[in-house]
Amino acid sequence: MSTIAPVNQPTQPHDPDNGPATTVIKSWKAPIVLGVFTVLGFLLLVVFGRSGVSTMSLSTSSDLIQLPDVLLPTRETGIVVTVLLAAITGVSVWMVQSSRKVPIWLYSVFAFLLLLGFLAWASADERIPVPGLLFGSLSLAVPLIFGALGGVISERVGVVNVAIEGQLLAGAFTSAVVASVTQQPLLGLLAAMIAGVLVSFVLAAFSIKYFVDQVIVGVVLNVLVTGLTGFLFSQLLAPNKALLNQPPKFERINIPLLSEIPIVGPVFFRQTLIVYIMYIAVAAVYFGIFHTKWGLRLRAVGEHPQAADTVGINVTGTRFWNVSLAGAVAGLGGAYFTLGSVGAFGKEMTAGAGFIALAAVIFGRWDPIRATLAALLFGFASNLQNVLSIIGSPVPSEFMLMLPYLVTIFAVAGLVGTSRGPAASGKPYIKS
Amino acid sequence: MKLELRGITKRFGALVANDDINLTVEAGEIHALLGENGAGKSTLMNVLYGLYRAEEGEILLDGVAQHFAGPGDAMAAGIGMVHQHFMLIPVFTVAENVMLGHEETTLGGRLDLAAARVRVKEISDRFGFHVDPDALVENLPVGVQQRVEIIKALSRDAKVLVFDEPTAVLTPQETDELMVIMRQLKDAGTSIVFITHKLREVREVADRITVIRLGKVVGEASPTADNEELATLMVGRAVDLTVDKAPATPGAPALVVSNLTVVDRTGQVLVNDVSFDVKVGEILAIAGVQGNGQTELTEALMGLQPRVLGEISLDGKSLRNRSVRQVLDAGVGFVPEDRTRDGLVGAFTIAENLMLDRSNKLPFVKRFNLQLSYLADFARSKVREFDVRSQGIETPVGRLSGGNQQKVVLARELSRDLRLFIAAQPTRGLDVGSIEFVHERIVATRDAGTPVIVISTELDEVAALADRIMVMYRGRIVGIVPGDTPRSVLGLMMAGANPQEGAAA
Repeated sequence: MSTIAPVNQPTQPHDPDNGPATTVIKSWKAPIVLGVFTVLGFLLLVVFGRSGVSTMSLSTSSDLIQLPDVLLPTRETGIVVTVLLAAITGVSVWMVQSSRKVPIWLYSVFAFLLLLGFLAWASADERIPVPGLLFGSLSLAVPLIFGALGGVISERVGVVNVAIEGQLLAGAFTSAVVASVTQQPLLGLLAAMIAGVLVSFVLAAFSIKYFVDQVIVGVVLNVLVTGLTGFLFSQLLAPNKALLNQPPKFERINIPLLSEIPIVGPVFFRQTLIVYIMYIAVAAVYFGIFHTKWGLRLRAVGEHPQAADTVGINVTGTRFWNVSLAGAVAGLGGAYFTLGSVGAFGKEMTAGAGFIALAAVIFGRWDPIRATLAALLFGFASNLQNVLSIIGSPVPSEFMLMLPYLVTIFAVAGLVGTSRGPAASGKPYIKS
Repeated sequence: MKLELRGITKRFGALVANDDINLTVEAGEIHALLGENGAGKSTLMNVLYGLYRAEEGEILLDGVAQHFAGPGDAMAAGIGMVHQHFMLIPVFTVAENVMLGHEETTLGGRLDLAAARVRVKEISDRFGFHVDPDALVENLPVGVQQRVEIIKALSRDAKVLVFDEPTAVLTPQETDELMVIMRQLKDAGTSIVFITHKLREVREVADRITVIRLGKVVGEASPTADNEELATLMVGRAVDLTVDKAPATPGAPALVVSNLTVVDRTGQVLVNDVSFDVKVGEILAIAGVQGNGQTELTEALMGLQPRVLGEISLDGKSLRNRSVRQVLDAGVGFVPEDRTRDGLVGAFTIAENLMLDRSNKLPFVKRFNLQLSYLADFARSKVREFDVRSQGIETPVGRLSGGNQQKVVLARELSRDLRLFIAAQPTRGLDVGSIEFVHERIVATRDAGTPVIVISTELDEVAALADRIMVMYRGRIVGIVPGDTPRSVLGLMMAGANPQEGAAA
C-alpha cells in the first residue's frame, strides 16, 4: 500500500552539512478508510435512506434556559452528509497525492458528520435527547476514565497493568459491602481504594520483586478477583442483601450557575461526588506526570530504569508505590458502579470495562488527557447503543451491542497505528 | 579531591572480577585505567559508584572512608560517572535529564525547569559545549549526548569524574574534542579516571596509567611508555599489533552494488544511493562511526531489509529482494555485529549453533530427522579447527567467552562454500588473543580467493585488514580509498569531509 519515492537525491554526494535525508512514504490508508466509510454512508443514508423528520432536543425539562428542538428532514440530511463525506474523501486523496499529511481535524469533522447522518437516519420520526445521550456517555465513561488513569500511571512507571478489570471489580465489591454496613458512601469510596491497592500489591510483588511476566500476573489476577467476588456474592451478599448489598448511593450535586449552562450544564455539572473527584483526578494526574518531581521520576523509571538508578532514584520502590497508587485510582472507578450508578453489587458487573480502559490507555498514547477523551468516546459508543434501542432504531440490537467494542478495535488498531509507549513498560528491572 | 581504593575485591559467584585492587587518584590528575575487555575495569568503577557492593576493601575520599549504598550516596560524596552506555532518558530534554534525581521545584510542586535550563546553560558555556537545554536527547548526536552526561555530573558538583570507555562511540574528531574537555576539567581541579583499552588515547591525555589484567593490578606506567610496552602489560605477553598480510591480488569484481538505497518505515533514508564493488581476493573495509548506515547496508545485502532500491549482484546474479535463505544459498557468509543477539542462540549448544543455517538439508538433516552423530563429528572437528575453548560441544554458547562465541560464528560461516564473506564488527569486545585469531582467519579467507567485506568502527582494525577502505557518513559513501590511507585522512572522512579535501589537509 506504500510507494517509496526517494527525494533529496545526492547531487552533492559528499555534503556533510545536509541533515539526514528523508523520503516521503505515501500512505493511502487515510483515503481508503474514508472512502469505505463514505460508501457505507451512501448505502445507509441514501440507498436505504428513510424519510421523515428527525428531532434532536437540546434541553431537558428542568433547564432554566430552554433551547428549541432541532428538526432535520431525514432523507435530505442523509444526502447532504454523504456529499460532504465524499468531498472530505476527495480532499484527503488530493492531500496524499501532493505528499501532505491528512490533518487530524479533518478526521474529526468526517467522524462528526458521519455520526450526525447516522443519528438522523436512526431517529426518523423520533426524538433524540442530546443532553441525555451525552450525560449517559459520561456516566458510562467514569469507571473507564478512572481505570485508564490507573493504567497510565502504572504503564508510565513501567508495569503493564492488565489487572485494571480486577481492580475495578474489587473496588465495586468492597465499596458495596463497606458502604452498606456503615451506611457511609464515603467510607465505601475509601474501601474501594484500599481494595484496588491490595490487588495492585499482588501485581507489584510478583512483577517487580519476582520478575513474573506482568501480563500473565494481570490476567491471573482478573480471573482471581472475578472468582472471589462471584463466590462471596452468591454465598454472602445474595442471602444478606439488606445488610451487605444495599449501599447508599451518592446524591447528585448541582453546581450553582455552571449546571444551568445549556447542554454543558446538565451533562457535566449535575453529577455525583465521584464524578467531580474524577475531574480533579484527571487534572491532577496530568499535572503530576508532566510537571512535578514525582512525574519526572515516574517517567524516568518507566523509560530507562537503569538511568534512573544511576542518579539515585529507587527504581523498585518507585514502581511498587506507583503501581499501588494506580490500584487506588482504579478502585475509585469500581466504586462508581455500586455507589454512583447501579446501587448494588452484581456478579461480574464490570463486564470488561477494565479492558476497554486498557484500550483507552493505548488509544490515548499513555497521556492522561487523551486517555480520558478515548474513554469518553467508548462511553459514548456504549450509550448510543442504549439510546437507540430505547427509541427503537431499525438496527438489530445485537449489532448495536457490538458498537463499543467495534469502536475500540478500530480506534486502537486503525487510528493509533504504532505509537510508542514507555520504553521499559513490561520489562522487569533486574539489578546485576 | 583525592580518591583512594584499597584492597577492593568483588566476586560474581566463582568469578573474581576484582582481586585486591589498589588505586590512588590525586586531585586534578587524569588517571588512566587500562585493560582489556573483561579485565574488570567497569566492575571496579561500578563498585566505586555504588552500583555494586564489594566483598572486601574500602573507598576513601580525601582520606575519609566512604560507604555507598547506592549511586545516590556516591554522587552526594562528589563522584560523577560518564557511562559507556549513556544513562540518559531519550525522550526527555537535556534540562530534564540534568535535573532528574535532584529536582528543584517551585510553588505547588511544579518542576523548576527554568532553573535547570540556567544551570545547563551555565555549565555548557563554561566549557564551550553548545548544548541546547531544550533539545530532546534522542535527537542529539552521540558526542553531544556525552557532553550532556558530563553536564549531569558537573551539575551535581562532582569532584571525581569517571569516564567509562568514553571514546568507543566517538569519531576521531569528537575524541580529540573530548581530550580537550578532559584537560579543561583537570585544570578546573577535577580528578579524572579514564577507563579505556585504546593505547593511543591513554598516552595522549593521562598523567598516570594503571594497568589491570584479569581483575588484578599488574603495573603502573607513565604516559611516555611506548605502545608495545603497554600492550605487553595489558595482555600479559608480547603481542604483535600488526596483521601479517601479503599484498592483495584482486581479480574480477564479484559483488557489484549499484545505486542502493535503504529506507526505514518512517521514510528516513538510511543508506543513500550507494555504489561500489568488491573483487575476488580483496578485503573491502567499510569504515565510519556507528550509525552511519553500515548496519543497514549489510542487512540489505543479506536480505534483512524490506525497503531497498537499486541493484545488488553477486557473480552476475541479482541478490536484491531475495530472502535470507536465498542469499545464504548463493554463498554469502555473514558475521553479524551483535553476535549474542543475531549470531547465536545462547541456550543452544555449540553443535546446534554450528548447524543453525543448514537445518534444511543433508547431511545434517535426513527427511525430518537431525543427523546427530554426523553433527557431533562435524562440531568436534570445527571446535578443533577454530580453537573454541569449552567443556565440549554440548556446552551452551551463552556460557562461552566473547572470543569463543565469535569463533563459533566464524566456524559456522566459514565452513560453507563461500562466494562472499561479510564480517560486521568482527572483533568488537574481544580480547587481544581472539582478535589476532579472527584477523588471521579473515585474511586467510581472502587469500583463498573469496571477496571479503569487513565493517568496523575501529580505525586500527580497518587499517590492519583493508585492501581498500570505503568510508560512510550519514548513509552515503564519502569515498573509497587505498588501504594505506593515513589515519588522519580517514578521521576527516568519517566526519564527512571528502577525500580530496582530506588529502590536502
